[in-house]
Amino acid sequence: MFAETVRQALQAILRNAMRSFLTILGVIIGVAAVITMVTIGRGSSDKIEADVSKLGTNLLIIRRGAGMGPPSAGRSAPSFTLKDVEAIKAQIPGVLAAAPSNTSSVTLIYGNENHQTTVTGTDNDFLIARDWDIALGREFFSSEVSGGKTVCILGATARRKLFGGGDPVDQTLRTEKFSCKVIGVLEAKGASSFGQDQDDTVLMPIKAFMRRIAGDQDVSSIYVAARPGASTDKVKSDIDALLRERRRIEPGEEDNFSVMDTKEIASMLTSVTGVMTGLLSAVAGVSLLVGGIGIMNIMLVSVTERTREIGIRLAIGATERQVLTQFLVEAIVLSLIGGLIGIGLGLVLGYVGSNYMRIPFSPDWTITIIAFVFSAFIGIVFGFFPARRAARLDPIEALRHE
Amino acid sequence: MSEDVQAPVIALRDVSRVYGEGEAAVRALRGVDLTIGRGEFVAIMGPSGSGKSTAMNIIGALDTPTGGSYRFLGADVGGFDRNQRALLRRDYLGFVFQGFNLLARTPAVENVELPLIYKGVGRAERRERAINTLKRVGLGHRLDKEPSQLSGGEQQRVAIARAIASEPEVLLADEPTGNLDTARSVEIMKLISRLNDEEGLTVIMVTHEPDMAEYAKRIVQFKDGLIEADAPNDTIRKPDMEQPDVR
Repeated sequence: MFAETVRQALQAILRNAMRSFLTILGVIIGVAAVITMVTIGRGSSDKIEADVSKLGTNLLIIRRGAGMGPPSAGRSAPSFTLKDVEAIKAQIPGVLAAAPSNTSSVTLIYGNENHQTTVTGTDNDFLIARDWDIALGREFFSSEVSGGKTVCILGATARRKLFGGGDPVDQTLRTEKFSCKVIGVLEAKGASSFGQDQDDTVLMPIKAFMRRIAGDQDVSSIYVAARPGASTDKVKSDIDALLRERRRIEPGEEDNFSVMDTKEIASMLTSVTGVMTGLLSAVAGVSLLVGGIGIMNIMLVSVTERTREIGIRLAIGATERQVLTQFLVEAIVLSLIGGLIGIGLGLVLGYVGSNYMRIPFSPDWTITIIAFVFSAFIGIVFGFFPARRAARLDPIEALRHE
Repeated sequence: MSEDVQAPVIALRDVSRVYGEGEAAVRALRGVDLTIGRGEFVAIMGPSGSGKSTAMNIIGALDTPTGGSYRFLGADVGGFDRNQRALLRRDYLGFVFQGFNLLARTPAVENVELPLIYKGVGRAERRERAINTLKRVGLGHRLDKEPSQLSGGEQQRVAIARAIASEPEVLLADEPTGNLDTARSVEIMKLISRLNDEEGLTVIMVTHEPDMAEYAKRIVQFKDGLIEADAPNDTIRKPDMEQPDVR
């Protein structure tokens, strides 16, 4: 009997294929949106975790300001100095490398090409901390670092944009304010989390950066690599103590800087994507609700339109329960079809989006099943009212209905 | 339903039906007594507003009397709830309407299957019974046609097949020829007469056309909510007789 009811519901749905499709469009879009968002959100998190684990487990990043907010949150806190970097390197036993890092967006010109990129002022320790090799040319000479010479090491993307396939070493780049000799090219690293191209960068000695670009002596963040085998936690607490002393923070007062290890960086970044995914999924969920109301609306119209049919069914002996079941099953089958199409569409969109954003395609099967069950639930909730109205029709009135 | 085979199929006792209340109340039936036995063919006649449609609705368990008693095979239908009335219609009654009332865009055979679906008859048996019933009404060759592809007479035959597919006790026909031309009407009346004669099906038919009432074996006249006359039809016609004189 139940299989029969489902078969009849399918017939009724197919008899009005176009309207049925429009009815379930809301559910399709809602389910597809939820699945796409969750798939891409999970892919981003996976990507971030993979990226951060590539940074190495012994990397620490020191930033201004307490906590892990966006960089702007640290603006009010005093910046670091080169002496801080030296102190960390000299006084803390487990430190392998400590590099200052200041960044700025600068337009570089070579010949007819010009390209806007991120210039990082730092030193050779940066390459150690970031585990980044030179592909072509050389790293900075110590004289260049200490003297603040305007020499540049190009990221792979910056090189390609400015030089194409040509050899950039010993060529001279220009900016509005200074010119800069290229001494080397970095290994390609690929896109980072959020699809940012890490190779679109140029390194120069920190002192050159301060003089030519920043115009002050501030160091905004410090990259520290712990020695292999050294305890990251120990290094971290040593740095914390050292910087508190150097920055004259009274006991009991809060830090005005933060030392993050890779695990914290990962959780910070994934929490951001988590919030984004949650928010977008909530919006998608609202569209699912709207889709459900769409189904109710069409089912009500359908009941009115089919009043006569319902009258006929009642007259030839359909019970109230049978009519109720028929319309309820119709609504559920409708929204389940919508749910299935939505899941398929969502997975396809998630796949395409993941490929486009170069993140792993990582569908969440739990959410997929939840979306499917939820679409059935929508059918029950929004189909019940119209179905009950159909079942309670007076057969005489219904038969008279034109 | 517990049925009493000795009891008349239909027994209305002092049945009244009042619509509305107080000053505005309309008394559609004002105490009707009517007994119909197995195998009868009764035509219910009367002008509009005479109460014949109300009586038909009550007999068909689509409506309930406000006074008096209605017994179907001895069972008190007045005490039935909505669900029990649905089951009475499903198991004992077959309806034929003036407007055919077939499901649109649904093949004839599936229309005929409908009451069997509600009865829970299995798919294969249902299809077989529907086909056999359509053959009985002479539509064995139009099984897959949808109502829009059938003539009015054919549609009414499908409707009759649907009404008798579940082997009901009583066939209730409400102006079955009202939408048909004379030739088609005669065909339909012959078919109904044959079902009554050959298969012993009890038939109750509402009509305002005396020519059609001629086919019945008993004619009940309604007027102002009461039965005005109830007598055997003197000039009983057989389906195989000549067409009645029609102008």
